Amino acid sequence: MKLDLRLPIGLMFAIFGALLTVYGIVSDAAIYERSLGINVNLLWGLVLLAFGLVMLGFALRAGRAARQG
Amino acid sequence: MQQIHLGAIDYTILLVYFGFVLGIGWVLRRHMKSSEDFFLSGRSIPAWIAGLAFISANLGAQEVIGMAASGAKYGMMTSHFYWVGAIPAMVFVGIFMMPFYYGSRARSVPEYLKLRFDEKTRGFNAITFAVMTVFSSGISMYALAKLLELVLGWSFHTSVVLSALIVLAYIFLGGLTSAIYNEVLQFFLIVLGFLPLVLLGLRDVGGWDGLTAKLETVATNAGFAAGAWSESWSHMESASANPMGVEWFGMIMGLGFVLSFGYWCTDFLVVQRAMAADSMTAARRTPLLAAIPKMLFPALVILPGMIAIALHATRAGGLLPLGADGTPNYNLAVPVMLAHYLPSGLLGLGLTALMASFMSGMAGNVTAFNTVWTYDIYQSYVKPGQSDAHYLRMGHAATVFGILASVAAAYATTKFNNIMDMLQLVFAFVNAPLFATFLLGMFWRRATGHGAFFGLLIGTLAAAAHHGLVLSHGAVPGIKGGFLGTVLHTYPSEMAQNFWTAIYAWTACFVATIVISLVTARNKSDDELKGLVYALTPRQPDHELHWYKRPATLGVIVLGLTLVLNILFW
Repeated sequence: MKLDLRLPIGLMFAIFGALLTVYGIVSDAAIYERSLGINVNLLWGLVLLAFGLVMLGFALRAGRAARQG
Repeated sequence: MQQIHLGAIDYTILLVYFGFVLGIGWVLRRHMKSSEDFFLSGRSIPAWIAGLAFISANLGAQEVIGMAASGAKYGMMTSHFYWVGAIPAMVFVGIFMMPFYYGSRARSVPEYLKLRFDEKTRGFNAITFAVMTVFSSGISMYALAKLLELVLGWSFHTSVVLSALIVLAYIFLGGLTSAIYNEVLQFFLIVLGFLPLVLLGLRDVGGWDGLTAKLETVATNAGFAAGAWSESWSHMESASANPMGVEWFGMIMGLGFVLSFGYWCTDFLVVQRAMAADSMTAARRTPLLAAIPKMLFPALVILPGMIAIALHATRAGGLLPLGADGTPNYNLAVPVMLAHYLPSGLLGLGLTALMASFMSGMAGNVTAFNTVWTYDIYQSYVKPGQSDAHYLRMGHAATVFGILASVAAAYATTKFNNIMDMLQLVFAFVNAPLFATFLLGMFWRRATGHGAFFGLLIGTLAAAAHHGLVLSHGAVPGIKGGFLGTVLHTYPSEMAQNFWTAIYAWTACFVATIVISLVTARNKSDDELKGLVYALTPRQPDHELHWYKRPATLGVIVLGLTLVLNILFW
């Protein structure tokens, strides 16, 4: 394949996840009133970060295997 | 509605996304060496990628905004678009139609029609399809710009130009591959961007049970039985018992059989994704793999609309803004929900997902348009016999032209309250008879070129004639029907009217094609029809594959799961 699609997917969601996680930590708790009092930025940021890293992991492993084989 | 103010974090997310979209096009630009690379990804896409692109290309404005709007307007019955319409049709494409599409090496749906029937049938399909794709992508663009104007206060013109330029850039650089890769990216973005909204909404209304209870208020207020908004099949014995205004037969035949099969089986926009797959089995698995996430999409796109209407009906002051006639503006269900639940941060992600869905719909149309234009119109009628490089250049030019025409269509679109109804209308005229042509073409070797062409013509005319002679309840004669002077029948809803237009068009085309074929001579011998007609095509050897990779097994699993979903929400 020309470009392992898991690479940009993983990268993009890892960036989104990191951004949201950090924002969730530093943001004012008052903005979470509308999200039923839950810090959704922090929670969902971690979910996205995990998803992004898993995708990146797959892509890097496949890339390594391709170079060796 | 109140305008949403985006923070720096929201704009950052949006910009990161645009960066990735353009970056993918940039990285792929070096691989666009031949026209086949540009239009068909060099037939090198693995099944899972093609599958996700297959649903993502269809996941445009009409799906995200329109399905939520229908969810609010009609409730759980909207799920029929998936569990009766899309899924069975996708299974049928994978198992029965892909062997012909992929096996014949046709480069487009119109080209298959040329191989199977004749030049004029191809020409008719190519031209109507080209017009329709431009129109659809124009609607996408219009809807996006209108929405951003309302929700964010962005200028309509800026949104149109910006979205047009981004889609243009990545398709121009990387062709179909770029569109497909971006569609997969958009798929994940839409799922992961909307899921928090659905989860928060469900939590707020007290889960499914809480939602059902609140929807009873919606249903009884509208004068229907209590379960009319939360049950999919229980109120279909007559058109007057449900908000959609259709009875089970019109729904199953019109939506389930004619419109859905017509769309998924013959619309090049989706079929192109499967044609780009790297092998016959991958091409056949594409729609089947796509069906699995697709059957769960109602939770993502219909549920927000149902939650919105439930909150609207049970909270003081309502939730959805009201239109001039006092009814809620259903098309705003998704943006209102985004603004209602998501704080800065996730709000940016949600809006980015919304824009992604619009752009994937647009890109799907543009890639289908440039292929049909270049192969089926330009290469066939304008300048045949040129070098491949010439057609590749034409593909680039057609991409620019397609986007410009879409922009023009975007400015021309205004009339309908519910985008979905309008698209259904266009599909009913053009797509509904087409499925009869394919069905006969693929399973009946006696069907002739003349039969197919005049059958299609008669079917399309029948659609227009039916639409012109009937009206839906409360509508005024004009674009919504009844334009032929007399109104012979009044349907309880626009949806029912569209379904029946499709049924008449399909039947007219089916009968006319058979009759005309029988009185005209065959124009293709059995030998020429090898690989194009079911009885003359060798069966696909599936037994060498693992059982879970066999299309037939996958199809049965998908249909079984869909049946379970239908029963669960009966």
